[in-house]
Parts: sequence; structure tokens; C-alpha cells
Amino acid sequence: MSGINFLFPEFEVVRNDDRCIRCRVCERQCANEVHFYDAARDRVFSDESKCVNCQRCVSLCPTRALKIVRSDCRLRENANWDSDTIREVYKQAESGGVLLSSMGNPKPLPVYWDKLLINASQVTNPSIDPLREPMETRVFLGKKPKTLERDGNGKLKTELTPQLELDIPVMFSAMSYGSISYNAHASLARAATALGTCYNTGEGGLHEDFYKYGPNTIVQVASGRFGVHEDFLQAGAAIEIKMGQGAKPGIGGHLPGAKVGPDVSRTRMIPEGSDAISPAPHHDIYSIEDLRQLVWSLKEATGHVKPVIVKVAAVHNIAAIASGIARSGADIIAIDGFRGGTGAAPTRIRDHVGIPIELALASVDARLREEGIRDRVSLVAGGSIRSSADVVKAVALGADACYIATAAVLALGCHLCRTCQSGKCNWGIATQRPDLAKRLNPDIGSQRLINLMTAWKREIMELMGGMGINSIEALRGNRLMLRGVGLNETELRILGVSHAGE
Amino acid sequence: MMRTIDATGMEFTELNGLLRRTEGDIELQGCLGQRFIGAGMGNRKIRIHGIPGNALGAYLNGGELEVFGNAQDAVGDTMNAGTILVHGSIGDTAGYAMRGGKIYVRGNAGYRTGIHMKAYKEHLPVIIIGGRAGSFLGEYQAGGILVVLGLHTDGRPIVSNYPCTGMHGGKLFLRSDCRDLRFPKQVTARPASPEDLEEIGDYLEEYCALFGLDRSHILSSPFTVVTPDSANPYRQMYVAN
Repeated sequence: MSGINFLFPEFEVVRNDDRCIRCRVCERQCANEVHFYDAARDRVFSDESKCVNCQRCVSLCPTRALKIVRSDCRLRENANWDSDTIREVYKQAESGGVLLSSMGNPKPLPVYWDKLLINASQVTNPSIDPLREPMETRVFLGKKPKTLERDGNGKLKTELTPQLELDIPVMFSAMSYGSISYNAHASLARAATALGTCYNTGEGGLHEDFYKYGPNTIVQVASGRFGVHEDFLQAGAAIEIKMGQGAKPGIGGHLPGAKVGPDVSRTRMIPEGSDAISPAPHHDIYSIEDLRQLVWSLKEATGHVKPVIVKVAAVHNIAAIASGIARSGADIIAIDGFRGGTGAAPTRIRDHVGIPIELALASVDARLREEGIRDRVSLVAGGSIRSSADVVKAVALGADACYIATAAVLALGCHLCRTCQSGKCNWGIATQRPDLAKRLNPDIGSQRLINLMTAWKREIMELMGGMGINSIEALRGNRLMLRGVGLNETELRILGVSHAGE
Repeated sequence: MMRTIDATGMEFTELNGLLRRTEGDIELQGCLGQRFIGAGMGNRKIRIHGIPGNALGAYLNGGELEVFGNAQDAVGDTMNAGTILVHGSIGDTAGYAMRGGKIYVRGNAGYRTGIHMKAYKEHLPVIIIGGRAGSFLGEYQAGGILVVLGLHTDGRPIVSNYPCTGMHGGKLFLRSDCRDLRFPKQVTARPASPEDLEEIGDYLEEYCALFGLDRSHILSSPFTVVTPDSANPYRQMYVAN
């Protein structure tokens, strides 16, 4: 509006012209149209104002002629008014728009995983060598009976409620078809099947090609109920009710009509080009009793053979909320921390709403134990789990399993440029443009996910072995295996761990 | 052949288990508040005498549920196909995210009727309410046809507050000139033309035949039709950060 653009490009495209062979790969690969070839001068130039630093051109340049660096042209920032804060004011003054961001909270808020250290056996209680000894990483998610009864022949008399069996305590968390591409979903589905774990449809329905991966699929029901119908509910190994998401607690989702092409339309079962609006609340849920109704309607519709998961964002009263969910008939509670990723969320919500998963998980686990109802539900922690060490720490804080999504898309080639909302993902992940989506080869994508999870499983077994524990279930809630560093007494009390040295 | 089941004193899990195990059409007697009747069901008929509980016909995938009495909240939640007929009145959030099939109600409806109603290809959901509807009628409506006939006689308005909030698809028909009604900015309300009424003619005929009403009498009053101005109401709201 002002005519003057206050926003100096954030990144600089540095091209070594001696190395550049004018192959123009960078130009063809960049959906943001940063690079262009000038035939008259026989040189490639760039408009860095369009660059999001996704590194696609850097990775594909055959002569390594390119690098992207953060521009050192800085605003006159200070400790209060840093560059990002000033730029956000400029953007809103120019457009009048709500700031929209992608991926997880980038702010320097505490990451408690990094302040927790894991125990190991020395001298007494010998450690176990996972290369030599059997190690159990399998978990069963669902309600557990208080007691087991057997008949005279030793056969189980107790009727067990449905369980979700996982070979590793890690699942791929919800990302809808719409927010990510067909090939990204194919990669996740195939990897989950090979790994004996589950991926999650998100709230966008299930593409007809992926019904065959049903035994390794969690189907999601959110407030917009996109693509939810009888076959969809029957297809999954478990059904997840999405009440909230860590990246945007208290608000809904909104897939713009521009991303609703023929295939997404078919999967969500809405007209092409129509906005897909998932409002913040389920308008039929105003209480735990109402949630109970949705949980039981799903169980009735599917004949009580699948566990029902209720996913909530980690917020201030999460322990009381989880206690209510545990009494609603849900079999599994998934808690999503405030660093969880997203394809699009208002910046202010992403960066300022919610609490860390570490504190939420520990307080929920403690509360459910205090109330004697911990065995009614399994707990799944997500947002964000970055490594096998985070998984081990989460299990020791009370998680039965973890959800990962950002780590999974990184395995698929995501470079965390945090512009998913543009729909122009050069890595073929967060896009519906056919020319971009085809860049992600599901053969390679699924193999990379399998590699990542296989490596994590190996590391989890190493860490467990070091503690002298040979079953992941024996680690669950075992806070004696954790010590805190640099944490105050309140933090230690909530986490339920002692300080290192104690 | 119709089989008869007496639901008296049964918990909903017991009753619904029995319904799932019993083949063919069913005459259900003595229904009193059991939830989730017909959840996920397809291609059969259940005639219900008494009052079914919440979430009647949730995820319904075909067939027919007929209630000789009132029904409660969440009738036809997320239903995909089939028909639900209610001779009495219904509670809140009927037809939540309904994608196909029909809900015909002789009496009144509560809050949020037809919320998130969608449409998709050959699926075109239709709700007809004989009496009046509560607040937030057609909230977030994204498709389908919602009709409220206002045949109630207690003198209250045909719909309470805030109809069509967040509407971005589908059509709403109100048998009223809607002079005293306020609609949100993003929709257009106008008198229904003969072509508009043609669109709901077959449904009205079916409805009148089922409930013994006179179609020409119903069509003798003016109708208002409400449609959204855009399928993308929030397009201009954001700036990339």
C-alpha cells in the first residue's frame, strides 16, 4: 500500500559463477521462482525476495555452485524489538492480515527433553547387551484389565478390550491428505506397514488407494468430519477423535479451497475448490459427557473392535482434562505439546498457546495414577519428539508410545523452511501441485522412514539395555531412570524427577 | 418379514448388539432413551416405537429409521446415506456433517440443525423440518438442502437466532418471508423463485405423502432461499509469516 517494501529479503542466494554450468536445474526446481536465466548475458540470476531457504536448489545443483545464507543486512534491532518482531509489524501494517505460519513453535522456550538425563547400570544390576539378549520394544495401547482370570486349562477368561499392537513405541502422527501430498501419505502408510506401527490419516479422510494399509492406519474424526463414513471407520486399526492440536490449541483447521483439487475433494468428500473448514470445537461436544457420546457412537458404529483415541493439545489444565477423557470410555489419550508441527497455524497461537509436552505428560501420568485410573487408558505423547532419546525419556515420564510427524517429514526430505501454507513445497511433501508432488518417490520415502525408525529402535534398545531394562513396558513411568539438570524445584516436582547428583 | 424386539429395560450396548446380530427389518417396541440405535447401519429398516436416545442413526449408511415419537440430540450425526423419519420433534445438532441421505421431521428441531452439512457428487443430503428450528440453523453449512416449513402453531418464529453463521455452500429454504430475520453478511437471502422451489419439489412431495400433509397448501406460502456468497469465505484473512 505504501509503495515502499520495508521487508528486505531474509536470505541471500550466493552463486559461484565459476562453478555454474548454466544447466538451469535451480530454475526448474524452484516453485517460488527465485532463479532465472538471462540468455543475453548467459548468466543465472536470482530474486532472493522469493527465497524461503528450503535448500532444494542447493541439494540439486550438480556443481555445488549455490549456497543460501541468512542476509547480514539487518534492521536496527535491539533486545526488545528483534528483527522478526519488527518484520511482523510491517507485514500486518501492509496487509491487515492475521499472521500465518507453519511447522512447530520456533521460539527459544525451554526444551525439557534436553534437561533430562537417562540412567545407566554400573557395577550392580548389570546392563544388557541388546545384540545378544532379547529386547522387547512391542507395546499394546488400550485399556488394561485390573485383574486377569483364567479357567482350569489356563485359558484367559477375562474379556480384553481392543488393543493397538505396535512393534515400536513410535507412530506417525496425524497429517491430512490435503496438507501433505499423496506420495507423502503413500510413504507413511508403506513405512508404517513395514515397521509394524501406525500412521494417521489426519482429518482429511482416507484415499481409496490406501485402504489396503488399514491394519496400520489410524483414522481421524475431527470437527469437520471430512471423509468420515462407515467404510472409513471400518478401515482403520483405531479411530482418533481430534479435539485439539499442539500447534494451535483452541482453534480449528482450514484447508483453503485452492488446495482442494479433484483427488483431495474425493478423499474429503467435498466439492472441488470449496474451503474445508474444521472449526475449533466439535459443536456437539461441550462436556466430558458429550465426548463420551462421540466415543461410544464410534464404538457402536464399528462393533467395539477398535480402540478409540482422543487427541488433545497440552494446555494448562491438561491433567484434569485427561482425567475426564479417561472416564469417557476412550482407550487411548494422545497429548500434543506446544512444539508440535502444523501445515498452517496463526503465528500468535502457535507461538504463545499451550504448554510443553514434557510437563503435560508427567502431570497427566501422575494424576491418573493418583486417581487409580492409569490402567484405563494408554498415553501417547507428541509435539515434539525429535530422537530416540526423547522417546525413551517420554516413556520414562509415563508415555506408552510417542507420535512423530516433524521428524517423519524431515526423513522424507523436509528442510523446515516453514512455508507449508504456501502449497509450493519444493520437496513434494506439503503440496498438491502434481509437478511438485511427484518429486517425492514413495519407494525412497518409505525406505527413509523405515531406516529412521529402525535406527531409533536400535538406539532405544541400547538405552534400555544400558539401564538394565529388557522391556519397554518396564520403563514406562519409571522416573528413577531420569535426572534433571538446571531445573528448578517446581519443574522437578511436576516432572517427578530428582536433580542430577541426588 | 418384520421381526419385533422389545427394548424395555435394555442398556444401549445390549440393544445395539442384538440389533447388529438380528438380520432383516425390525419393529422396535418400548424404546426409552437407548443411544446410538442404527449407528453405522445400512440397507435395513427399523421402526422405533417410543423415544430413542442421542445419536440415532449416527454414520447411517443406508436403509431407513422411522420413529413414532420424538428423537433426541445428534440425529443422523455424520450420516452418509439412508433415511430417518421422525413423527415427533428432534433435539440439537441433527444431521451434523451429514453428507447424504434424508432426515424428515414432522415436528420441531433444536439448535444447530444441519451444522457442517456437506454435499459430494451424487450425495446430496436433505433435511426437512415441519415445524420450527432453533438457533444456529445451518451453521457452517457447506452443501445440501435444508428446509424448514414453519407448520408449528405456537406463534414462535420459524427459526431462532443466528441462522447460516459460517455458511459456505448448499441452500436453505424457509417457508416464510423472513422479514424479521437477520442473516450474516456472507449470505444472500431472497424470495424463492419457482425454479428454486422446483429443486425441492420431489422432496416436499415425498415428505407430504409420508406425513399426510397437503403439498399445495404448503407451497401456497412464500419461501425464502438463502445461499452463500462464496465457497471461500476466509480467503483474505491471512498474511504469510
